Amino acid sequence: MRVEMFTFLLTAAICLAGSAGVVLLRNPVHNALSLVATLFGVAVLFIQQGAYFLAAIQVIVYAGAIVILFLFVIMLLGVDKAEGLDRDPILGQRPAAIAAGVAILGLSLTALLSVGSRVTGQASTLAAIDGSEPNINALAKVLFTDYVFAFEITSVLLTVAVVGAVVLSRKAGPAIDVAEFPEGTTADLLQAKYDAAAVEQEVLEEVATEDETPEGEAETTEEALR
Amino acid sequence: MTSTLQSHVIAGMLANDPLLSGEVGLTTLLVVLIKVVVAFVGLLLSVILMVWFERKVIADMQNRFGPNRAGPFGLFQTIADGMKLIFKEDLMPARADPFVFKLAPFLSLIPAFLTFAIVPIAGSFNDGLDGVVTILGQQTFMQVADPQIGILLFLAMSSLAIYGIMLAGWASGSKYPLLGSVRATAQMVSYEAALGLALASVLLIAGSLSTNAIVNGQAGFRWNVWMTGLVPFVIFTIAATAELNRPPFDLVEAEQELVGGFHTEYSSFRFAMFFLAEFLNTVTMSAIIVTLFFGGPSGPTFGLTNWVGVYILPFFWFFLKLLVFLCMFVLFRATLPRFRYDQVMDLGWKLLIPASLGWFLLLVAVRVGSDQGWNLVATGLAAVAGLLAGAFLLILSIRASAAKREAVSLPGEGT
Repeated sequence: MRVEMFTFLLTAAICLAGSAGVVLLRNPVHNALSLVATLFGVAVLFIQQGAYFLAAIQVIVYAGAIVILFLFVIMLLGVDKAEGLDRDPILGQRPAAIAAGVAILGLSLTALLSVGSRVTGQASTLAAIDGSEPNINALAKVLFTDYVFAFEITSVLLTVAVVGAVVLSRKAGPAIDVAEFPEGTTADLLQAKYDAAAVEQEVLEEVATEDETPEGEAETTEEALR
Repeated sequence: MTSTLQSHVIAGMLANDPLLSGEVGLTTLLVVLIKVVVAFVGLLLSVILMVWFERKVIADMQNRFGPNRAGPFGLFQTIADGMKLIFKEDLMPARADPFVFKLAPFLSLIPAFLTFAIVPIAGSFNDGLDGVVTILGQQTFMQVADPQIGILLFLAMSSLAIYGIMLAGWASGSKYPLLGSVRATAQMVSYEAALGLALASVLLIAGSLSTNAIVNGQAGFRWNVWMTGLVPFVIFTIAATAELNRPPFDLVEAEQELVGGFHTEYSSFRFAMFFLAEFLNTVTMSAIIVTLFFGGPSGPTFGLTNWVGVYILPFFWFFLKLLVFLCMFVLFRATLPRFRYDQVMDLGWKLLIPASLGWFLLLVAVRVGSDQGWNLVATGLAAVAGLLAGAFLLILSIRASAAKREAVSLPGEGT
């Protein structure tokens, strides 16, 4: 068997097993791990197609950041337990999901079978795969010349998404009356509090020592008497 | 079509390692095998010595002897400890997730090994040799692989290494390991951004992702540490220490708070694997710093092109530079107290990330200015002015949000 074929079959098996795991396993953390396996397999497939930069970014961004965040949320929210799948949260969710799944599968297969090799056969579409220059150089040239506006608009879109998420997640509490609170940072205020407490403590100690003095004298006299 | 595609794929995989650009024969395979074995054994040896070195130095600084029983100067202590760990009982908590619990140590160890593959450890970069050496009649680089993605492999592996720690903590089914791993994840994800941005400055100067090309560009003491103006190096070193979870950023295994951190429930060889991964990462990270900022194995070879000039002297320079950073990490551990968690996050997000991004933009401005033939002083001043304005806005917004937070949180304290 040729090495390329062997690699492809192995990677495809990993991808499929991972995808099946995402859908079929009951524990959310296991699902997320299966997703990592799939993403990794896809990265290897990218390498086989000569898309090295894409493969690296796939691992760094998807496996290294996005799934990590998934896992982080799963762990923090404590939803890492097997879920009850007895009934749908939304009415008719399951039939709708099955219909959508079948439709996507049908469309992909139709595209694959009717259009043929043009869907998957070509090695690369834009970046020249002649090996004379690395992926990243070819990609950068295209991104910063022909597609610079699309690139910039995408980055603006991401910024808008971040700002939007922050605005939406802010709790609208009652307006804070700043005049109600003293000036200065927390550290200063704590220091002031601490100083006040220290002064109070000193006063208490002074009172205590004043109280104690006669007792002490009494003790010494008692000892002297013994 | 298929055959041309294959040759391109093979050509791309090696990027510029001449070893794999021609016919791939049995000798080629043998050379690759030799390189892998040498790197593997060398790394393991370096870990054994590093553990011993660290314990000895810290012992000296604390007026103790340190390991001094097994072998001369206690050199075999690490081996003895390793043997002991292998034969210890392997425990697994009742509430652990068995599969993930067993998987986690491997996820920690394998990225640690793989990163070293892209580090050039020898080869002359003088006299137009470009680091090419000849082994068994095959021309090649003195590194296991020189992929097209080059240094991105390091970033990919350091982001994968998070999984080992994260899953170890979760799979233990115990509170303290989970807290430790949540801390670790947040810390490593945060500092990876600063790490990447500091790296970008180096890539801007080098103009290539390949580690061989990065080292080649620094030959003749044009080291990136001053070519990028020191700031990226400082940021990279701090972020790397945080990424390694070494002191002063070892909140992950803060004994006073979290027992042993993410590996509390691990024993026997699984624990040894985490331990090994930690020290492997330290050695690899030092090697990466040397490669990126201090010219890797490049250095004076005194015109020698025989085996002394190609293998011995470059490796000597590499090892010397590596040793400096290993010492640095040991000294960090011996002398610096641990950060508080909010300090770690503040340092990463509010200082290192903006500073590395700002410095990168400054370097870019100067680079574009020199390409376009602008007045460099004016370009630099304009860039600095713009960045200062940005920094001012940033400080202002941080102040504003901090003030607001204090205003909200103080009433609870009954002032």
